[in-house]
Amino acid sequence: MAESPKKILFGPIFDNNPIALQILGICSALAVTGQMNTALVMAAALTAVTAFSNLGVSLIRNHIPSSIRIIVQMTIIASLVIVVDQILRAFAYGLSKQLSVFVGLIITNCIVMGRTEAFAMKNPPGLSFLDGIGNGLGYSFILVSLSVVRELLGSGSLLGHKLLIPVTDGGWYVPNGLMLMPPSAFFLIGFIIWALRTAKPEQVEHEEFHVITNEEAAEYDLPLAA
Amino acid sequence: MKQKLLDLLKSKEHLFEKGGSLEKFHALYEAPFTFLFTPAERTRTASHVRDGADLKRVMITVWFATLPAMIFGMYAVGYQANATMAAMGLTAAEGWRGAIVAALAGFDPGNIWHCLLHGAMYFLPIYLVTLIVGGNLEALFAIVRGHEITEGFLVTSILFSLILPPTIPLWQVALGIAFGVVVGKEVFGGVGKNFLNPALVGRAFLFFAYPAQMSGDAVWVAVDGATRATPLAIAAQGGVPALHDAGVTWLDAFLGFIPGSIGETSTLLILAGAGLLILTRIGSWRIMAGVFTGMVVISTLFNLIGSDTNPMFAMPWYWHLVLGGFAYGMVFMATDPVSAAMTEAGRFWYGVLIGVMVMLVRVVNPAFPEGMMLAILFGNVFAPLIDYFVTQANIRRRKRRLSLAGAGQ
Repeated sequence: MAESPKKILFGPIFDNNPIALQILGICSALAVTGQMNTALVMAAALTAVTAFSNLGVSLIRNHIPSSIRIIVQMTIIASLVIVVDQILRAFAYGLSKQLSVFVGLIITNCIVMGRTEAFAMKNPPGLSFLDGIGNGLGYSFILVSLSVVRELLGSGSLLGHKLLIPVTDGGWYVPNGLMLMPPSAFFLIGFIIWALRTAKPEQVEHEEFHVITNEEAAEYDLPLAA
Repeated sequence: MKQKLLDLLKSKEHLFEKGGSLEKFHALYEAPFTFLFTPAERTRTASHVRDGADLKRVMITVWFATLPAMIFGMYAVGYQANATMAAMGLTAAEGWRGAIVAALAGFDPGNIWHCLLHGAMYFLPIYLVTLIVGGNLEALFAIVRGHEITEGFLVTSILFSLILPPTIPLWQVALGIAFGVVVGKEVFGGVGKNFLNPALVGRAFLFFAYPAQMSGDAVWVAVDGATRATPLAIAAQGGVPALHDAGVTWLDAFLGFIPGSIGETSTLLILAGAGLLILTRIGSWRIMAGVFTGMVVISTLFNLIGSDTNPMFAMPWYWHLVLGGFAYGMVFMATDPVSAAMTEAGRFWYGVLIGVMVMLVRVVNPAFPEGMMLAILFGNVFAPLIDYFVTQANIRRRKRRLSLAGAGQ
């Protein structure tokens, strides 16, 4: 059962990615990845919340009555999210305006709740903290990848620096309007999942059934149809 | 001659079989072989319909059904361009297209050959790019995934080329068909497993990614610097009176003398294609009837409701039929057997859903003057659900019959 700290920290990036394998936290991945700066802030905010809520829950895990454990977890998570929100408003007001409700919505992010419930309730604080960081990294990996593609193809820039000059400014690049819309992140997440499962076939779900092929039919000596 | 060709192909077959040196490229051997000859293999599994019309013949029939619309589409593109040039006082078009047309013909809008050639200069490059890019992707997936190259792409490519505006840049054509083939079809396992129409997926991608080239409010005549709104965009602004003011008559729209996407303008020739599809039982008449019924009912309903601010409410159904991509979508896109509903009753209701949706988008949504593409994609998504309800209703009916029979004993 006990996994090595290294695996807990880096496993969620490729082997057990919260977005690509567990398909959690999709909504914010669609909403904030139109630009790289919002994606980076969101990734950092979620990593911090997941890590510290894991730590907090793990510290008092033996004192939480099981019947109200979700409420206790929520209280810890919500307090941390408010802290993060206040810090953002104090030091990066413009960005926090851009992120609008999505910082507050970290409270309902399934990754945070999932890790406190599934990991922090059963593991010591140190490992729980690492697990929070690790899952935050997995989330960040997807968010940053999405935002790089979306900002580069959608606006021709990265972190606001124009790399591909659009035709409207006298350049050659025709911005891809689809990339500015949140649904494009669906396609891109799909492509990432495709790439990950091609590289790591063990992540592919088993088929529920498959249509028997001619060769298999010959093996079982089935009669010719019709 | 034929025997020699067969012997030659057979003599190379072992190279592509399992264990052969070119095993990976079996799809590239299989495609031309089955194109030229009928394979001797027979299926051993599941239920299998034996019919004179195999997949290849079905696909080629669909391709032929689009032929009138395609040829007229080329003529119409050229006619619109030449007429616009005449109106602007231009005698020569710029670029390589203009040079070829000038060398072989001229720019007389009254001359059929001049118009056809000018239009072909726009349509053929689009079709060629579609075939090359899409065909190569198809072959690539066939090799990597180890399945066969199917004829479905023949239909996808022509359907996709015909729903593009003539002025679209060729690199966008390439991007669109690549997206359509890969995301619309191959990720789900190839022909027969896609739940959306790949040609429409490609067009939807272009529609949202490059609205400036695809929205059709001002750019669909193939002359540099000329802008003319498509009739549907005019109608969205001022309804049928605005169309009359712009000089568009119903007969013009029915015959196809209006600007628009290449293959969608002539309702008459599209209906001719529909006749062929229905006659050969390849296209489902239930789907077409459903789309038509849904459209007529809802547009009449809107006529009755009326609106002071939205002129589209007053547009009668016979105008909706001839404008934009409605007829084309109804005949060639909605009837795609893979992405449509599978049950006969379901097909009708699937059609009705599309007809209703296209009216809602065209009339009520001010952002999109045309709604056929989105309505069909919407219908595609709901097709399995419609089938589910149809089969469940059938199961319930049979159960009731069974219990009635039991009670009677």
